[in-house]
Amino acid sequence: MKHLFRACCSVLLLAAPAAAFQPSAQGGFVPVTPLTAAEQLPAAPLLITAYAFVWVAVLVYVWSIWRRLGKVEHEMHALQQRARRDSR
Amino acid sequence: MFAYAPVMIANAPYESSMGLVQKIFYFHVPSWFVMFTAVFICGIQSANFLFRRKPSADRIAVAAGELVVLFGLLGLVTGPLWGRKAWGVWWQWDARLTMALLLELIFIGYLLVRKYGGPGSEKLAAAMAIFGMANVPFVYVSVNIWRTVHPKTTVVPSLVPGMFGAFWFSVLAFMLLFVLLLTLRVRLEHQRAALDELYLAEEDL
Repeated sequence: MKHLFRACCSVLLLAAPAAAFQPSAQGGFVPVTPLTAAEQLPAAPLLITAYAFVWVAVLVYVWSIWRRLGKVEHEMHALQQRARRDSR
Repeated sequence: MFAYAPVMIANAPYESSMGLVQKIFYFHVPSWFVMFTAVFICGIQSANFLFRRKPSADRIAVAAGELVVLFGLLGLVTGPLWGRKAWGVWWQWDARLTMALLLELIFIGYLLVRKYGGPGSEKLAAAMAIFGMANVPFVYVSVNIWRTVHPKTTVVPSLVPGMFGAFWFSVLAFMLLFVLLLTLRVRLEHQRAALDELYLAEEDL
């Protein structure tokens, strides 16, 4: 018990000078103008993402039309061949 | 033209308060212009189908309906990317943004009804498209009627010459892309109709 008391006192005595140098608590927010470049949200990634999304979406859509068109034309071709075979 | 648009956009002047991110405007706004055009085509052709019973009008309507969803998606994705930097938030539940989202959802509903609604669903979907078309003027003027974070409709007419050229070049490029995609998509619908006729002819034999 005595040892524990001594240890606590030592910690408090050692921590006291450190606490004395602590900055005081912030009482309010201070606006800063102009904002430094490092603090600003970069615009380039947002712009590039938006532009890339437009291209990717259009290309995926063109590919989907091409695929669907190919499927329908293939089916039509098969059906026409079957009809020709049946008519013979 | 679509490939040259970035050069025009890059050479356009920077906006004073938003800087680089404002350049999203050059493909965000044309996406909505094209979406509204597609909505009108879909709505008018749906009315044509409902009241005049023209099957070819229905084919154009479904093709335009799909493009409404595509270009609406482009607008809904590019907008928040711009807003994150300009407003500090990705999304705001204000009148313009919410109404634009609802318009997109109406046309997603239109496509779902057509795909999974079963026989006769074309008529129900056509009525939905007319309802969607009636929504467009409200979406457009919403920024002037209600208080919103979104810029007003006066932005485009007041563009300075450097921005004006790049913007209308982008609009033209998007419109040409839309015409090309619509032509391809209508062709697909015509081919599908021809295939259905072939199946019916085979059944009759």
